[in-house]
Amino acid sequence: MSTTRAWLLSDAPLSRRQAKLGQAYRTWLGFRSNGLAMFGLLIVVVLVLLALFAPWLAPHDPLTGDLNTTRLLPPLTEGYWLGTDDQGRDILSRLIYGSRITLAVVALVAILATPLGLLIGTSAGYFGGWVDTVLMRFTDIVLAFPKLILALAFVAALGPGIENAIIAIAITAWPPYARLARAETLTIRNSDFIAATKLQGASSARIIWKHVVPLCMSSIIVRVTLDMAGIILTAAGLGFLGLGAQPPQPEWGAMIAGGRNFLIDYWWVATMPGIAIFVVSLGFNLLGDGLRDVLDPKGQK
Amino acid sequence: MTTTTLSGRRGARWIMKILSTLGTVAVTFLGLLIVTFLIGRVVPVDPVLSVVGDRATQAQYDAAYQALGLDKPLIQQFWIWLMNVFQGDLGTSNLTTRPIAEDIARVFPATLELATVSIILGTAIGIPLGVWAAVRQGKLVDQIVRVVGLVGYSAPVFWLGLMGLLLFYFKMGLISGPGRIDLSYEYDFTPVTGLFLIDTAMQGAWGAFANVFSHIILPASLLGYLSLAYISRMTRSFMLNELGQEYIITARVKGVPEWRIIWGQALRNAAVPLVTVVALSYASLLEGSVLTETVFAWPGLGQYLTNSLQNADMNAVLGGTLVIGAIFVGLNMLSDLLYTLLDARTRNRK
Repeated sequence: MSTTRAWLLSDAPLSRRQAKLGQAYRTWLGFRSNGLAMFGLLIVVVLVLLALFAPWLAPHDPLTGDLNTTRLLPPLTEGYWLGTDDQGRDILSRLIYGSRITLAVVALVAILATPLGLLIGTSAGYFGGWVDTVLMRFTDIVLAFPKLILALAFVAALGPGIENAIIAIAITAWPPYARLARAETLTIRNSDFIAATKLQGASSARIIWKHVVPLCMSSIIVRVTLDMAGIILTAAGLGFLGLGAQPPQPEWGAMIAGGRNFLIDYWWVATMPGIAIFVVSLGFNLLGDGLRDVLDPKGQK
Repeated sequence: MTTTTLSGRRGARWIMKILSTLGTVAVTFLGLLIVTFLIGRVVPVDPVLSVVGDRATQAQYDAAYQALGLDKPLIQQFWIWLMNVFQGDLGTSNLTTRPIAEDIARVFPATLELATVSIILGTAIGIPLGVWAAVRQGKLVDQIVRVVGLVGYSAPVFWLGLMGLLLFYFKMGLISGPGRIDLSYEYDFTPVTGLFLIDTAMQGAWGAFANVFSHIILPASLLGYLSLAYISRMTRSFMLNELGQEYIITARVKGVPEWRIIWGQALRNAAVPLVTVVALSYASLLEGSVLTETVFAWPGLGQYLTNSLQNADMNAVLGGTLVIGAIFVGLNMLSDLLYTLLDARTRNRK
């Protein structure tokens, strides 16, 4: 164990791989010393595990309940620790399955919006001139729109559903990444190593993809992580308005909307999913803050 | 002589900046109009059927098709629509069967009142809190402000609203429930501005005023809390930036009292970027009002939008989107412009 550590922290790495791993290990050491960030990481890891092992962890069926015997049981009932909803479904099981939807939304939005933002931002920064003007003007226009309203209008046009909600959120999410990627590209565009690569005959696409994009990644990762809480809240808001995931899917925002009708007498039905949303977005916020501290110290605000 | 040319050049640069901002505003508004128009075109609902009904003959259908201008090229349709919008005609709502512009004008004061009370709360508490956190950096106050901000960023606003209603209205009975005013008070005054707090106070209807207040206090505190989370965080970082400047050290060496350094000198300099922060959070309150108004049955723009959404009233949805979008874009650009106007440094630089 201690030898691995010494190998990782070696001042004179013998190979590129050792240097890279050592760098990653040092970043991890910095991250590990931040208690709140570790707490955020823990929440996110638990979310991923819940989503992966939902069928084994959930004590009951998330979609169908027993209308005769288990309707609206209060929390701390034996076997139904968070209570049941108006259809007799176990809320804990629904929350566990709902983590899959939350995670899917976050992951898909990141997968759709990040490459788009990177592509537009790095191209604008690398080529400059009229390409830059056109792309950035376009970015600024989208950035100036109110996100939730735009997502609402898109979902209204495309039809309600979780897939359309994801597309709508992704369409509104990319502009900050484009701006960030452009700023990073501008700082490295004129460096010697780019000029050297160009002299060796590399194409623009290759330079952007192989040399510019990797250098933008750390600040983009920080920004995406910090945005995830907002993405979760927007998705939950769309679900709450009945425009996101459709019943009987156990989406957390839609679950709150379902519990709203009997808030007074059966408070737990609307309360529990809200706590889940709160904890998960808090986790992403703490994780993002911690990542920013170790990966992007200059970007602190 | 030299000074006049210098200030003349400065003025020219300044006018250029304003012109380019106005250019951006124009382009952005055009983009907003195009996006809204295109969204309206991809809707899977047949706009002709919603006019003539599904029992119309082919001839009736064709006539309506032409009357709606759907046989013309897309770009011409856009032009016609654009001209209508500029004349204040956003079409007719299928739900209320009234012009959408009229509907929006009717519901807008409710949203304006809610957003304004919220931003007053958020600014009045958020700025002192941020200053305090910056002065006592790393201490308990700073940590508390940080937690307050984190909770504001992480909690879903519609859920907080429901929990607030449950606790303060249903369980404790401290406040009034959903809606803007109770029916029994509605005829105690005549709406003039549409802002009920002002209307009731002007007409001395204090019973109604108290009722309006007990309705608005929870949603406004909630939205105010969200802007407080943002404003206090930004104030803290601007203040930390100012307090590290050399003029602060100079002032301290000269023996200026600490409270004057903080509230008089540092905050005055931090105020310039803060104006834009407040303008931005005012704009985002309009957006936040969509979910909040739904929870509190607040008869404003947000509720109008969600109602139209749920009834597939696409014209009204687009009209609402356009109006909220336009205000949002306008406030965004205004904050940019204010920054240029207020900050002498951005004027002289470059």
